[in-house]
Amino acid sequence: MDDHGVADPDRVPSLTPEDWLRIYRGMVLIRVMDERLMALQRQGRIGFYGEARGQEAAVVGSAAALAPQDWIVPALREAGAGLYRGLPLRTYIAQIFGNANDPASGRQLPCHPGTRASHYVTMSSCIASQLPHAVGMAWAAKIKKDNSVVLGYLGDGATSEEDFHVALNFAGVFRPPVVFVCQNNQWAISVPVAHQTASPTVAIKALAYGFPGIRVDGNDALAVYGAVKEAVDRARSGGGPTLIEALTYRVSAHSSSDDPSRYRDERITETWRARDPIVRMRAWLAFQGFLDAAGDERLRADLDAEVRDAVAAEESVPAPPLRTLVEDVFAEVPQFLADQLAEIATLPRQKLGGAHQ
Amino acid sequence: MPVWNIIQAVNDALRIEMRRDPRVVVLGEDVGKFGGVFRATNGLFDEFGPDRVFDTPLAEAGIIGAAIGMALYGLKPVPEIQFADFIYPAFDQIVNELAKFRYRSGGQYPAPVVIRTPYGGGIRGGHYHSQSPEAYFVHTPGLKVVIPSNPYDAKGLLLSAIRGEDPVIFMEPKRIYRAAKGEVPEGDYTVPLGQAKIVREGSQVTVLCYGAMVHTVVEAVEKVAAEGFDPEIVDLRTLLPLDSETVLASVRKTGRAVIAYEAPKTCGYGAELSALICEKALMHLEAPIARVAGFDTPFPYSLENEYMPSPDRVAKAIRDTASF
Amino acid sequence: MLVSARPPADDSLFSLLDDDGQVRPGSRVPEVSDELARKLYRGMLQVRVVDERMMRLQRQGRLGFYMLSIGEEATHFAAAALRPADWIFPSYREPGAAFWRGYSMTDYVNQLFGNAEDPVKGRQMPVHHSARWLNYVSISSPVGTQIPQAVGMAWAAKISKKDDVALVYFGEGTSSTGQFHVGMNFAGVFKAPCIFFCRNNGWAISTDQKHQTAARSFAVKALAYGFPGVRVDGNDLLAILAVMEDAVARARAGEGPTLIEAVTYRRSGHSSSDDPSVYRDPNEPKEWERRDPIDRWKRYLGTRGLYSEALEEQYRKEINDEVSDALAHAEQVAPPAVETMFDDVFAELTPELEEQKRYLLSFPRYVNPHGGS
Repeated sequence: MDDHGVADPDRVPSLTPEDWLRIYRGMVLIRVMDERLMALQRQGRIGFYGEARGQEAAVVGSAAALAPQDWIVPALREAGAGLYRGLPLRTYIAQIFGNANDPASGRQLPCHPGTRASHYVTMSSCIASQLPHAVGMAWAAKIKKDNSVVLGYLGDGATSEEDFHVALNFAGVFRPPVVFVCQNNQWAISVPVAHQTASPTVAIKALAYGFPGIRVDGNDALAVYGAVKEAVDRARSGGGPTLIEALTYRVSAHSSSDDPSRYRDERITETWRARDPIVRMRAWLAFQGFLDAAGDERLRADLDAEVRDAVAAEESVPAPPLRTLVEDVFAEVPQFLADQLAEIATLPRQKLGGAHQ
Repeated sequence: MPVWNIIQAVNDALRIEMRRDPRVVVLGEDVGKFGGVFRATNGLFDEFGPDRVFDTPLAEAGIIGAAIGMALYGLKPVPEIQFADFIYPAFDQIVNELAKFRYRSGGQYPAPVVIRTPYGGGIRGGHYHSQSPEAYFVHTPGLKVVIPSNPYDAKGLLLSAIRGEDPVIFMEPKRIYRAAKGEVPEGDYTVPLGQAKIVREGSQVTVLCYGAMVHTVVEAVEKVAAEGFDPEIVDLRTLLPLDSETVLASVRKTGRAVIAYEAPKTCGYGAELSALICEKALMHLEAPIARVAGFDTPFPYSLENEYMPSPDRVAKAIRDTASF
Repeated sequence: MLVSARPPADDSLFSLLDDDGQVRPGSRVPEVSDELARKLYRGMLQVRVVDERMMRLQRQGRLGFYMLSIGEEATHFAAAALRPADWIFPSYREPGAAFWRGYSMTDYVNQLFGNAEDPVKGRQMPVHHSARWLNYVSISSPVGTQIPQAVGMAWAAKISKKDDVALVYFGEGTSSTGQFHVGMNFAGVFKAPCIFFCRNNGWAISTDQKHQTAARSFAVKALAYGFPGVRVDGNDLLAILAVMEDAVARARAGEGPTLIEAVTYRRSGHSSSDDPSVYRDPNEPKEWERRDPIDRWKRYLGTRGLYSEALEEQYRKEINDEVSDALAHAEQVAPPAVETMFDDVFAELTPELEEQKRYLLSFPRYVNPHGGS
C-alpha cells in the first residue's frame, strides 16, 4: 500500500472485508483511546500513559495474524493488540486507574495490562526482558506439541539489550515457534535508532542468529499482516523463528513524562504524521468499497462512547483493598507478611500514590 | 547562596568536576541532548560536547562494562543508570567486575567508576521505577555506597565520590529530587564519604535514616516532638563505609534506636545497623531496636504510600520505643 | 612490521599456509623478518612446553588447577600485531600473549601457585594472570565480561585522542552472552578502536559450536553491528597476523572495530577438571593434530631455511630450564601474608576492614592439617 492507500490487488493478503474492517476497528480504537487517556493524564486523573499513535498498523496488523490459541508477549505499546484479541476494554482501563477491578490489584504502572484469558502476558517496564520469556513459551509449546505460536514484541531500543541477544540466539538454536516483531519507531526516548546500532537495519540482525529477518512498512496494515502471517505460518509448521522489523515512527512522545522537542526535529515527525496508518487504511478500505465516510464516523463515535463509558465506570472504582499489598507475593500469604500487614492495618489510610514525575 | 534542589545540585557537581578534570565523562541512556530523564545531566552535552557526554544504546551491562574499561584507561566515567530498577542487567559487571577489579589484580587495576542512579518510591512508578536496591551493593565488598538526602550533601558527596579512587554506587532519592531544596554554595566543596550527620539532636531515642526517608523521619519527629518526645535524627549519608562511631555514640547516649528505610525489611540495611548496635552497644539499650521499613513484597503501584514507611509509622515506632 | 594482506570481505575461511607450511599459491603475505619468525616459533613452543609441564604438575597434585592451550597456540600471537602501548583483554587461554609482552616465567609460575610473589597476591585461581606494566588486563572467570570493558578502554583511547587499540580475546561460546552483544553494539555505534578476537575452538566445555548458534559463522555476527567480520584459519599464524594487521590499521585510522573469528580446535579438555571423552569422539582431536599450528609454522620456517632440529632443541632446553628454575623458586615462596587479604578492596582500608583485620590477626595462624598452604 502506498501513502495514499493504493495497493496492488495481487499482493493483498486474502482476508474477508469483515476481517479488514475488524483490523481497522482495532486501529481506530487505539487512536480514540490514546486521545482520551492522554487528556485524562494531562488533567491529572491518571498517573502515566504511553501512546501508540502512528503505530496502530504495526500493532493490530501483527496481532491479526495470530490464531486464537497463540500468545502475545508484549512490550510497552501493544495494548491495542491485546484489546484486538479479547482483552476487555474495561479491564484495561481498570489497570490504568490501578483500581480494585484491575486483575493485578493496581500493582503496576498504567499500560501494563495482562490477562491469561486473552493470552496477553503481563509486561515488565524493563526493556527486552520479555523476549527470553517469549522464546521459552514457544519452546514449551514445541515440547508440548500444542500448535501455538508466540509473538514477542520489542522496540528498536530493545535490540541493544542483552536479553534481545540471548533470546534470539536461543530461538535460532532451538527453533521454537516464535515470531519477533520489532516496532522500529526510530526513537528510544531520546536516542535515535542510528545511535542505537551501527547496523543498517534491525532485520539484518537475524543473520547473526541464523533465521530470516524481514523489514516491512510498519504503517501499512496490509503489509504488516502479510509479513507476520507468513512468519506465523512458518513457525507453526516447524519452520522456526522470524524477526520482523516494522518500520514506523513514534510521532508522539515516549510517554506522558517525555518532551521530544528537547532532542529531535519535529519537522521530521510531521512527515511521518502525513503517513498516518489509519488514514492509509481508511483510504484503502474506501477504494475497496468496504467503508464509507458515514460508516467511519459511526465507528469512531461508537468507539469513543465505549472508551468514555469504560473510563466513567472505572474512575469511580475504589483503590484495591489493603490486603492486596501482601497477596500474590507467594501462592499463600506467609505469616510474616500477614504480620507486616497487621502493623499498618490500624493506622489511618494513606492517599493513593502521588503524581508521576 | 542559591537555593537549589537535588537535581540542580547533582548537575552542578557534574559540571564543576567536568570543568576541573578533563578525565571525567558522563554516559548513559538519554543523558546527552535530552539531559537525562530527570534532567540531572541537563546542559552538560551543550557545554562539554559529544566527546565527554554520551548517549548510549539501551544496555546497562554495556554502560557499566564500558565505564570500567574507560576507568582502566585512566578516565573518570560517571555513568547513569536511568532507574535503580534497571541496574540488574549490569549486576554482573558491578558485582563481579567493578567491585573486584582492584582486588583480583593485586591492586594493579583499580576501576574508579561512580554510578549515579535514582532510587526509591513515591513517584507512582510501580514495580520498576521505585526500588531501593542498596543492600545488594553494600553487601558487595569493593563498592562504596552513598545516599544523600539534601542538595548540599548531594553536591559535596558526589564531588568526593568522583575524586575518590574507588567505585561508588551513588543513589539519588528521586522522590525528593525536586522537593528537597536548600542552600548550596556555588563553588567547589566536598562532603567526605563515611561521615554521618546529626540532623536533630535529642536525648531519648536515636532515629537512623538516609536518603528520602530522612524527610519522612523529620516529619514524624515534628509530630512526636509536639507530644513531648525528644528524638535524635542521624542521617547516615554514606552506607559504606559507615560512620559507626556517630551511630554508636548516639545510641549509647539515648539507649534506644529506631531504623527507618524504605527497602524491603528483611536483610535490608537496617538489619546491618541493628546487628552493629547489638554487637557494640547492647548493654546501653533500654528498649528493643525497631525497624520501620518497606514490606517484603514487590513495590506496589496503587498502594505505594501504604508500602513506604509513613510519618505515622515512624512516629508510632518512636513513641513505642521511647516509652518501652 | 607487517605488510597488510587484505582479508576477504565475506566470512569464507582465510588462510595463507597449508598444513605443510607452504604459502598458498597466489597469496600476498605479510612481511615477517627472520628474527620475528623465529621469535614467534619460540613463543608458541614455550606455551606448549609450559602447558605440558604444568599439566603434569597438576596431575601430581602440586597445582590446584590448570588450563591448556594445546593446538590453539597460534591465536595467542595475534597480539604480535600490536604495539606495546595497545591493550590486551585476555580470556583465560592466551598466556602466549602475556609472554610475548614480556611476562616472565617466574611471574607465571608464581601466579599459578598463588604465593607471596604472585602479581595478583594469590587472590585468583591459577591462569588468571594480570600485568598492568604490560597493558595486559586482569582476567575474570565469568566469560564475556571483558568485552564491554575492552570497548570502553578503546573508546577511552579515542576520547583521549590517542591511537591505542584494544584487542579482546574470547571463545566462541562467549558470543552467546549478553556481554558480547552489548560490547559489539557499543563498538559499532561509537566506532571504538577495538579488535574482537573470537577463538572458535569448537567447544565450550561440552557444548559444540553448532549448539552455540544457528548462524552460519561467528564472523557473520559482525553484520548485526555494522562492521566487518572475518574468518581466519586459527592454526595459521601467518593468516592471523595478516588479518590482525588489517584490523589494527583500520582501528588506528579511526575506521572502527573488526571481529575476527579464528577457527581452531580445543584438543585438550576445557581445564584440568574436564574429561572430554565423556562428550566427544576421541578421533576428532586426533584429526586436528595433523593441523598443529606449531608444526605448521616449523615447516614454514623450514621453507625459509630458518629451522633446524638443533634450534628447536636449544629452545626446548632454555624453556625447560626456565620452568624448572621458576618452579623451584615458586615452591619455596611462602603464601601471601594474611593481612594482605584486606588490601586492595579499596584504595585505602575502611574502618570496617581495619577492624576485621585486627580481629583476624588476634588469632593464631591457620595451619592446614593436610599440609600445603
